Amino acid sequence: MHTVRVIPCLDVDGGRVVKGVRFVDLVDAGDPVELAARYDAEGADEVVFLDITASSDRRATMVEVVERTAAEVFIPLTVGGGVRTVEDARRLLRAGADKVGVNTAAVERPALVAELAAEFGAQCVVVAVDARAQPGRPGSWGVVTHGGRTPTGLDAVAWAARCAEMGAGEVLLTSMDRDGTRDGFDLALTRAVVDRCPVPVIASGGVGTLDHLVAGAVEGHADAVLAASIFHLREHTIAEAKAHLAAAGVAVRPFEPSR
Amino acid sequence: MIAVLDYGIGNLASAVKAFVHLGADARLVTDPEEAASADAVVLPGVGAFGPCVRALRRSGLDRAALDAAAGGVPFLGICVGFQMLFAGSEEEPGEAGLGLLEGTVRRLPAGTKLPQMQWNRLETVVPGTAMVAGLPARPWMYFVHSYAPERTADTVATCEYGGTVVAAAARGTLWGTQFHPEKSGASGLALLANFAASAQGTGASGGSAPAAHGLAGEP
Repeated sequence: MHTVRVIPCLDVDGGRVVKGVRFVDLVDAGDPVELAARYDAEGADEVVFLDITASSDRRATMVEVVERTAAEVFIPLTVGGGVRTVEDARRLLRAGADKVGVNTAAVERPALVAELAAEFGAQCVVVAVDARAQPGRPGSWGVVTHGGRTPTGLDAVAWAARCAEMGAGEVLLTSMDRDGTRDGFDLALTRAVVDRCPVPVIASGGVGTLDHLVAGAVEGHADAVLAASIFHLREHTIAEAKAHLAAAGVAVRPFEPSR
Repeated sequence: MIAVLDYGIGNLASAVKAFVHLGADARLVTDPEEAASADAVVLPGVGAFGPCVRALRRSGLDRAALDAAAGGVPFLGICVGFQMLFAGSEEEPGEAGLGLLEGTVRRLPAGTKLPQMQWNRLETVVPGTAMVAGLPARPWMYFVHSYAPERTADTVATCEYGGTVVAAAARGTLWGTQFHPEKSGASGLALLANFAASAQGTGASGGSAPAAHGLAGEP
């Protein structure tokens, strides 16, 4: 049985969860450890932390957040943001991360993906791909880095497939055009990447309703669906998301209240 | 004390954190002598079979693992740590496992997405298995793997993923899970609590020793 995972994403800045629109205009959304514990209790299948802290001296804060979370939350924890070396990854894994996400550094030096996979195993390596539609070229998406500011010239579908070949165990695919818009996933992008990638793909960017999660799984073929605001703002619980997916015929791990 | 064998691969701290959360005295152990005095031993593992087996041998903890299992000390292998209990693996045919359990580790059925990276339900195939005592029927557990041991008389639980996949095995005090109980929420913690309780119940000197066999896996 193949089950679709529901993954809340926590963008962490200076030890707090924040949420923006198209990667800017950030507002505070709470304490990361509290939120992760709540999502675990509500039936989240995994939790993703993205460290969007700009300055390196504040990264120690992220390690501390990971440590505190891992002592309380016993579901898989992916941590990304600012990982540039094997040692960066090791620090997060030692703190309690189960998987490490890489983005900009992988684009700048693709060998990093293979190095991480060789050191920690492919199951540990999540490549985050931020994609934006190419103006005037329907069905074509480019990879952007540095929080969406820098176009790279790479084709998003080809890059995701190459990352899987190099040893990534999973792809976290974010539509930069949809992020924070609540307009739903970029389904064409998601489907194009999933159908090319031999490894699991997490769809991200744009979820505003529970139907969007269903569309990501059914029309986007995603292995996992990620959302932030609808959960942070308490519009829906993870349990409601699971129930909605199940009612639409998508296989999920159902929410089972703690005994 | 529950010794979680630290042979320098990947994130081995998760199992310790889970046991500590349950109130057990668990710690990462690198010294074979310290491992030999433990009330229970946990062998975690992530990544590939070959590098894990080689790292375990380099650390000298392979002997501690074999002695603990032979001496009836409660023993839990997790994921690749489970796979290493077997004679060998298709992932690296030239590398022998510990040979504590009979059988070979094989690639998951073709036609499925690999790795299986998801939650899946356990079908308990042996009623009354101590490992899953008190858990919900058909509990959900978190899996990340592309290989799994073949089914044998020691198999106690399976899951469905493109076919029947071995999820857990037990032979006396020797337990192994292909899934990650330390990452499987309340059900996983309940399984680890069962293991910790078995360690308290028997101590290092008590319990029945599993039959020492499966030497085909020895180099």
